Amino acid sequence: MTTMPEPAKPFGAAAPGTPVPWQGGDVRPLIRIEGVSKQFGGVTAVDDLTLDIAEREFFAMLGPSGCGKTTLLRLLAGFETPDSGRILLDGADITAVPPYLRPVNMMFQSYALFPHLSVAGNIAFGLKREGMARGLLEERVGEMVRLARLEGMEHRKPHQLSGGQRQRVALARALAKRPRVLLLDEPLAALDKKLREETQFELMDVQQRLGLTFIIVTHDQEEAMTLASRIGVMNRGRFVQVDAPRAVYEQPRSRYVAAFVGDINLLDGTVGQPGWFHLSEGGGVLAVETDGFACGTAASFAVRPEKLTLAPAGQGRGANVLAGRVVGIAYLGDLTVYRIALATGGSLRVSRANAEHSATAAFAQGDSVDVSFAAQAGLLLTD
Amino acid sequence: MMSGASGKRGAFWLRLPAVLWLTLFFLIPFLIVAKISLSESAVAQPPYRPVIDVSAGWTALIEALSRFSLDNYRNVFSDELLWGAYATSLRLAGLATLIALGLGLTIALPMARAPRRWQPILMMLVVLPFLTSFLIRAYAWITILKPEGLLNALLLALGLISEPLVILNTETAVVIGLVYSYLPFMVLPLYASLEKFDSSLLEAAADLGARPAQSFVLVTMPVIAPAIAAGCALVFIPSLGEFVIPDLLGGSDTLMVGRVLWNEFFANRDWPLASAMAIVLLAIVLVPIVWSQRRRAGP
Repeated sequence: MTTMPEPAKPFGAAAPGTPVPWQGGDVRPLIRIEGVSKQFGGVTAVDDLTLDIAEREFFAMLGPSGCGKTTLLRLLAGFETPDSGRILLDGADITAVPPYLRPVNMMFQSYALFPHLSVAGNIAFGLKREGMARGLLEERVGEMVRLARLEGMEHRKPHQLSGGQRQRVALARALAKRPRVLLLDEPLAALDKKLREETQFELMDVQQRLGLTFIIVTHDQEEAMTLASRIGVMNRGRFVQVDAPRAVYEQPRSRYVAAFVGDINLLDGTVGQPGWFHLSEGGGVLAVETDGFACGTAASFAVRPEKLTLAPAGQGRGANVLAGRVVGIAYLGDLTVYRIALATGGSLRVSRANAEHSATAAFAQGDSVDVSFAAQAGLLLTD
Repeated sequence: MMSGASGKRGAFWLRLPAVLWLTLFFLIPFLIVAKISLSESAVAQPPYRPVIDVSAGWTALIEALSRFSLDNYRNVFSDELLWGAYATSLRLAGLATLIALGLGLTIALPMARAPRRWQPILMMLVVLPFLTSFLIRAYAWITILKPEGLLNALLLALGLISEPLVILNTETAVVIGLVYSYLPFMVLPLYASLEKFDSSLLEAAADLGARPAQSFVLVTMPVIAPAIAAGCALVFIPSLGEFVIPDLLGGSDTLMVGRVLWNEFFANRDWPLASAMAIVLLAIVLVPIVWSQRRRAGP
């Protein structure tokens, strides 16, 4: 298991100083999903869901497979009709509008490129359907070819392209009609890791240059963190938390979100006197922030591995110091993850940035160590 | 590790049965027919001249070869009865192919979209007619199409017509018979291709503004084009040379190549002319096949 590094800077957000609509509060939403539900043969895929998405937002729907995120995207594209609820685009009800009349385009997970058409033919397909004049059409196709860096491949067929090139054709095709909203269904899932990272930056760049609204579906939390200006974490057809990436990571509102986004340690216990938390295992007491929690509430103390500090036994300093022993070491290059068995029972994962060149492992298997952290390092979760 | 040479030898042995089969049952008969087509008809046994007698030596062989002529081919193209038969065959086979394509698509599309567990059953229903003899099925159509037959009885009973329609012994009956007989050969390749068809392509087309009918013409048809070509070839080629259906359902007025060929061979005993007709028929079929092969091999 890998540990989520420090959350990436919110690249999806506009440059400092520019007003960002989704943080302004009182902005008219571009998309409004109102109490939408969808069932498939008795299984609820989307459950009474309500959400506003603002113009120029890069919104990520994040969740495990089967959480309903793809169904929600297909509802927005018009491939599915909700059982109840409404979908509004720019104030107009589009719930019953068929996909071919919606000013919304989708990039498919499989890319769904037309195998019999060339790169240019694929990109021009949507433009031809709206009857765009020949000159304009060629100009737009050329523009999209340059945007997707496909120069010189206009006449190739999809089967003559690499995976990354196909992905860019799919993006260019979906963007060619200048949709109000671009829907992306796991757009990078088929690419290898290196290409995926490059493409993430390209996607953000395109989104900002064109000033479009992007909605992406992904099960990859790292991808959601990198790309999105706002993340909706989904579980069983509902959003369990909708927040900026930093807030989703730093202030998860439930164990589910905490565990799904990044790596986290959960210590079960009970809230005691204000400022104190009693661990159920081993009887330890932690100094934590307990604002808003009544004494006696059962909760979990959630703390990210990178917020914990390791020190040789007896040298731990901080509000909380727990004694333990190193039982596992995973060297990941940029950081090392230590698995610590606590003297009081239970275990913790602690990550440590490998900041110094050629730094040798600071701790070895079997070393006795102190794990220390401040009262504000983590938060209490009851859900 | 297999060496290149033994790999090649393996491929040779694998190909051998096919090569032998085609040589014995296609190439050699074809050459015999081609040779007969260059001869002239005679009242003799066999009914043509010259007969090549290998034992007679070189001079006789060269003498025989010098008597070969293209007269029969000239006949095929100058005799209106003969080239008219080709025209009728091309017209009826073409019409039957188009109708079979339309019907084939209307059958194969819902078949490919039916629930998985139904598909083998539907497939079996398509192939089911093959379990009875071709001849019996052709005869059955006589019972259906004749003036006092089932179809007329039904239409009369429904009050749609006031007197029986003449269908039997017309070109209509032949086309019905051809479509009925060869429809499975259209449905099977279409179904096989549509079953593999990625439906997300249709969603992509709809997403980009294509209405369902446009999606069908602009995406489905081009993607399944190879299957359409295969189905059309499988219906058109046997329809073109078909003998039984025009003979049973077409009456004496519908002269298709198959019947004329039969007449020349068995009634007139003009083997050379019949052979020339067979060669011309083969050429008509080969031209589109070679053309489509070239196209596929090309860019």
